[in-house]
This record gives sequence, C-alpha cells and structure tokens, in this order.
Amino acid sequence: MFGNLTFNALKHDTLQNAAGYSMIFGGLLIAALITYHKKWIYLWKEWITSLDPKRIGVMYIVVALVMLIKGVSDAILMRAQQSIAISDAASFLTSDHYQQIFTAHGTTMIFFVGMAVVFGMMNLVIPLQIGARDVAYPFLNSVGFWLFAAAGVLLLVSLVVGNFNATGWLGYPPLSGIEYNPGEGVDYWIWILQIAGVGSLISGINFIVTILRMRCPGMTLMKMPLFTWCALGTLVLIIFAFPILTATLALLSLDRYLGMHFFTASFGGNAMMYVNLIWAWGHPEVYILVLPAFGIFSEVVATFSEKRLFGYASMVWAIIAITILSFIVWLHHFFTMGAEPNVNVFFGIMTMLIAIPTGVKIFNWLFTMYRGRIHFTTPMLWFLGFIATFSIGGMTGVLMSIPPADFQIHNSLFLVAHFHSVIIGGVLFGFFAGYAYWFPKIVGFKLNERLGRYAFWCWLVGFLLAFLPLYILGLMGATRRLDHYDASTGWQPLFIIAAVGVVLVTCGIGFQILQLIVSIKERKQNMDTTGDPWNGRTLEWSTTSPPPFYNFAIIPEVRDHDPFWTMKQEKKSQVAKPHYEPIHMPKSSPIGFFVGLFSLFFGFAITWQMMEISIVCVIGVIVSLVIRISENETDYYVPVLEVEAIEKS
Amino acid sequence: MTENIAVHHHDPDQEAYTKNVFGFWVYLMTDCVLFGVLFATYAVLHNNTFGGPSGKDIFDPLFVLKETLILLTSSFTCGLAMIAAYRSEKKKVIGWFCVTFLLGLSFVVLEVTEFAGLVREGNGPQRSAFLSSYFTLVATHGMHISMGLLWMAVFMAQVFRKGITLVTARRLTCLSMFWHFLDVVWIFIFTLVYLMGVY
Repeated sequence: MFGNLTFNALKHDTLQNAAGYSMIFGGLLIAALITYHKKWIYLWKEWITSLDPKRIGVMYIVVALVMLIKGVSDAILMRAQQSIAISDAASFLTSDHYQQIFTAHGTTMIFFVGMAVVFGMMNLVIPLQIGARDVAYPFLNSVGFWLFAAAGVLLLVSLVVGNFNATGWLGYPPLSGIEYNPGEGVDYWIWILQIAGVGSLISGINFIVTILRMRCPGMTLMKMPLFTWCALGTLVLIIFAFPILTATLALLSLDRYLGMHFFTASFGGNAMMYVNLIWAWGHPEVYILVLPAFGIFSEVVATFSEKRLFGYASMVWAIIAITILSFIVWLHHFFTMGAEPNVNVFFGIMTMLIAIPTGVKIFNWLFTMYRGRIHFTTPMLWFLGFIATFSIGGMTGVLMSIPPADFQIHNSLFLVAHFHSVIIGGVLFGFFAGYAYWFPKIVGFKLNERLGRYAFWCWLVGFLLAFLPLYILGLMGATRRLDHYDASTGWQPLFIIAAVGVVLVTCGIGFQILQLIVSIKERKQNMDTTGDPWNGRTLEWSTTSPPPFYNFAIIPEVRDHDPFWTMKQEKKSQVAKPHYEPIHMPKSSPIGFFVGLFSLFFGFAITWQMMEISIVCVIGVIVSLVIRISENETDYYVPVLEVEAIEKS
Repeated sequence: MTENIAVHHHDPDQEAYTKNVFGFWVYLMTDCVLFGVLFATYAVLHNNTFGGPSGKDIFDPLFVLKETLILLTSSFTCGLAMIAAYRSEKKKVIGWFCVTFLLGLSFVVLEVTEFAGLVREGNGPQRSAFLSSYFTLVATHGMHISMGLLWMAVFMAQVFRKGITLVTARRLTCLSMFWHFLDVVWIFIFTLVYLMGVY
C-alpha cells in the first residue's frame, strides 16, 4: 500500500530539517491567520474556484513570488558554500545536499518562477489588451493553474519527505537512470515536471486560441499590442516544445519504472538521445521565458517615453524570427558531444543569427526612447537595467556559440554567468517591470516608487557583483556544480565577491517585500481613480482599475496599434449614454482544483511506487472531468441592470 | 432579458463551436509532436537490437494488416456517425458510434494479443532498446485509442440523455477528429514500423 515510503524518508540533516520545519510552520501560520479572519469561504468562492483570468493570474504571481524566495534561498546556500569551501572540511553542506540544492534551484527558478510569471502575466494582461472579456477556455485555464500549483506543492513536499533529485535540473541519464540513482529523488523531479508541463501545455493551447480567436473588432494581427505578439510567439513555442518534454520524461520514467532501455548504458540504449530531446524542448523554453519579457519592455518603453514604439513591424518580424530560430539551435548546448564539425558549425551559425533579431529589438527600444519624453519610473529603471545586463548576457552567448570557444568554456562558471545574465537580466527584470507597471491596473493602487527604486539598485548592483566574478572564474577554469575547491586555485576572493552580490540581491528582495507592505498600508494616497495612471497606450488602460470581472462593459473597436492613445487624442472615449447588453460569463467551478489535488496525490503516490493509490488518483481525475462535461449550466448572462450598476459605481 | 439574447448577434454556443474545434486542432498538433518524438526515438533505436530479435523476426504483417483494416473501417463508421450527427439523427449516431466502438475495442484486443505473444516469447520491452521503442510507440497509440473508447462511451451516454444539441455535436466533432487523427498516426506506424521493418 505505501510502496517504498517508510519513516526513514523523514530523516534529514539539521539544515534540511530547519528548512522543512520553517516551511511547515509558515504554512500552519498562514492557515491559522486565514481561520482567524474567517476567510476560508471567501478564498474558496472568490479564488480557488474562480475562472476569472485576473484572479488566476494573481494566484500565479503569488506562487511565483513564494517560489522566488525558495529559489533565492537555494542560491544563498550555494554562494555561501562556495565562498568558504576551500577544502572538504571547510564545507558546511554535504556534497549530496549541495547537488540537491543546485538541482532544486534550477527546477524552481525555471518551472515555478519563470513559467509562473509568464502565465501570470498572460492571464492578467492578454484578455484586457485584446479587448476580450475572458479567455477561450476559462475552465481549462483553472485546470492548468491547479496542475501547476500541484507540481509546486509536490516540490515543497520533497523537502520534507525523502530526498530531491541530485542530478542537475535536466537530469541527464545514465546518471538519472535507475542503475545510478535508485532513490525517489529523480522520480520526484520527473513527476513534478510532468504535472507542471501538462499544465503549461493546457494553458498554452488556451491562450493561443484566446489570441487568435478573441481579439476585439478591428484588431488585426498587425495591430496587436506588442506584449500580445510576444505572448503569441511564446505560445507557439509552448505548444511545439512542451510535448517533447512530456515524451522525453515519459521515456525516462519507462526506463526507471519498467526497466526499458531508451537511455541506459547497456541493451542498446542511447543516452545522447535524451540530451538531444531534452534540449529540443529546453532551448525553446529559454525563449518561452524571455519573449514575454521583451513584450513587457516594449509596452513599458513606449508608455514612459510617451512615444509610439519605434519600428512596430520590424519588432513583430523579429519575434517571428526568434520563434523560428529558437527551434534550430538546440545542439549548441552540447557541442562537445562529438557531432561532426559541419553539424556544430550549422548550429553555431544559427545561434549567432538569433543575435540579429534580438539586436533589432534592442535598437528599436533605444530609438523609441530617442527624443521621447522619458519618465524615470521604476518600470523604466528595470528596462534600462535590462538593456545593460541582457546585452552582456547576449554578447557572451554569441561568444559561446563558436564551437571551438565552447569547447574551452563548456560547463564552466562562464556559462552559468551567461545564462543568469539573460534570465535574471531579461526574464526577472522584465517581470519586475511588468509587476510595477500593471500592479495599479490589477489591484487599484500604485506601488511605492521610492522603495521600488531602492530594490532596483540593490538588484542591479547585486546582480553585477554576483555574476561578473563568475565570468572571470569560468575563464580561470572553475566548473559549474562545484561544491568545494582547493585554496591554491586563488578563486576564493572572487567567490566572496559573488557572495556579497547575493547579499545585495537579498536586500533587493527585502525592499520589494517592504514595498508591497508599505504600498498596501498607504494605498489611499496612491489610488488609481482614472484607470490610466501612466498615460497608457493600449486597451487595458481604457477600463477601470481594477477592471470589473467582465473587463469591458462594451467591447471596444480598434483601428490602430495604440488604440487607447488614439482615443485619448481624439477625445471620443466618452459616449453620452452607452447602450449595454447582457454579458455572457462562465460560472465558477471547483473541478479544476480537484483535478490539481488528485494530480498532487498521484505525483506523490507514484514517486513512492504506491501503485494502487496512483490508479485511484488517475480515476479521480477522469471522473472529475466527466462530471464537468456532464454539467448543464456552466455559464450565465450578467443582466443589463447589474452591468449598469457596476459601471456607475 | 430573453429578447435581448435573441438579438445578440454573437451566439455564444456557435462561437464556442468554432473556438473549440480550432482549439482541438491545436491540441492535435501537440499530440502530433508527441508522436513525432516517439517516431524519432524509434528511428534512432530500431537497429539497437542488442543480440535480440529485429523487426523481421517478430512482426507478422498479415496480423497487423487485420488490425489496420479494422481501424480504417472504424474511421469510416465514425464518419458515417458524424454525417448522422449533422442531420441530428440521434439513433443513427448512437448506432454508428457503437459499431465504431466495437471495431476500436477489437483493435485494442488484437494489439494486446500481439504484445502478450511477444512478452511470452521473452521479447518484452526490457529485451532491447529496439523493443523498448517499438512497444512504447505502438502502445502509446493503443492507449490513445483506449482513451478514445472511454470518451466515446461517455459521449454516447450524453447523446442518449441530451440528444444532438450544439454542445454535444461540438464534442462529437472533436471526438471524430481525434479518431481520424489516430488513424493517420496508425498509417505511419503501419508503414514505418511494420512494413519497413519486415520488407
């Protein structure tokens, strides 16, 4: 019945126990607070069962912020370890624990911060930006979110019950095969990624149909706001890349559970096929994360320069080029595999080509600022920080795309510094810019500017201190995933500087938490009464802040790609007596939550090989979905009187 | 309020119909990528027999031809069911889908028989990388067919209770797309795995 699960799974070293206990304590504290304020019913009715993309978006962002703190804690541990570990004795983490931490750091940051931010932003912004009242499949949206949340909870469970994967965030076989890693760690990782991956795929289909089928009248593809365009590129990548991840992990689990031989070292298995497959997903994944950030910056820079975005059409073609090129560069992750030179050269050149559309975008943003009326708000600061850090990351990327150079710096800290430059400098800074930019739209009041600036400077300086030394260390020969090194290498001073950088980044996060608290406390001063706090250009600013649950009482019509700006110029947004019609909206449904819950139990059960329970959970998922499709009244009309009342208030 | 809905020129059910069918196409494309991965895996591993049997030794083309004909016929009857659905002929819909269901079920039974025979002779998926990739590719198709059967059973119950409405017709359209898609995948399996494996 309980498979491989025994009480031994709860035994850990002191540090892991401390992390586990503090997490459980934090969870209990939150539960107690909710109970004390009698908010359970409110949570259930307004959030957990909600199909409103704005609510689901907020939940994604909340999960992302919690996971960001977990991922940064992992980073602090690694930096602390490397700054003192000049011998085995000087380490405070065991090497096995260290390996679990870097695996968890990568998994957390990519799947539960990066992807959460991507889908959170899409949920919050896309329906509003395209003048729609909802997404194409509100129910699937909720299922997608709860699968993602279930995977996140499973990741946290792995902190307390048993051990996590220690084979790196992409789990290369044969190391991740059953022969070398018989424990539960790799299985946890597989099922976490499978559940989150299926959730992403479902949400991807949902949003691609939303964008292609639900734009308001007049919004042709070439009049779509740039964030929506970038999201479309991302979604195309998601629907073509995530099935590869699902299939690849399924093959790995067949090797592990049923003794098959896809990636084993014997019986004809081919481990390099795994590396090819996982990067055929993994490389597009990088662009899945960064394209929405490009979209956010495009909105931010145009708004805060009070200028139309420079070169709209070239921006769109750059997105399309990046989308296509990102599928034919995956081999640059393993030039050292031993493919023939012509193969390496092809992938090297394709990789260099990506720098062209990306460069087009960078210059378009800069030209947008040129002779604009620039407002140095926090979103704009994040944008400027991004230009600097992302350009460094981009140039080092082009450097590594040359196969002979890659042979030298492959698997070194130079690589680690490179992809952190693009992911922190691109994805995370982009998210922070979007967070400050759309916060008043979703919540109804602005964030505190001063604390936002403090947070930005801590992040920027901290980031540079933490990662510039890593470039140098990489060139000096320090490899990634290094848990200790010899004092004679002379690396320690640079590692100490990097650790100081992480301290500064942590201060930045502290300021962000403080900023949120202070902003909520002082919300009366920062209320957004107009719905248009930044003098915005796109449709989301034409409705109130926060928008009514149906977004627009009257579906807007569009003639231009800065529709709200044009409306303001022509001063024709006020119609004397608007004529409302009943609005068709979906009803809330708890089924998405139950699907997530069953998936969580399924993931846990199958990790510990409790086959009976896993089968019951699969049946639970199927029954939930059958119940859903048997329901008759899944949507309703909001009567005109109610719309009028909401619009007047 | 009802008269307001009547003049509403965007009928939500009609909108949902085109939206869902389009979305289902997108889903089928993702499934296509999934099968693409499995085909690619098979292409890489099909010579890695590790001293075990190759396709020539274990495939029985006539047996597989039987499976193929059954599945293709089921696609035809599924098409007949859909013609009936668009004419709102409830009894015919249920009748033709029952035929489709039985054909699909016999396909699954035949496939399981084939697999059981291979495993009995010691040529299970653990024998070699070739057999791992063969079993996984073909069984993934078989599991899709089984899910399709389950789905068909649920929808038949729905059609039986609710009749042919815009909602049930929409779901049947998606189901039939799924069924035809699996047929196309099977054609590739039949050609690339069985025919090219034997001849």
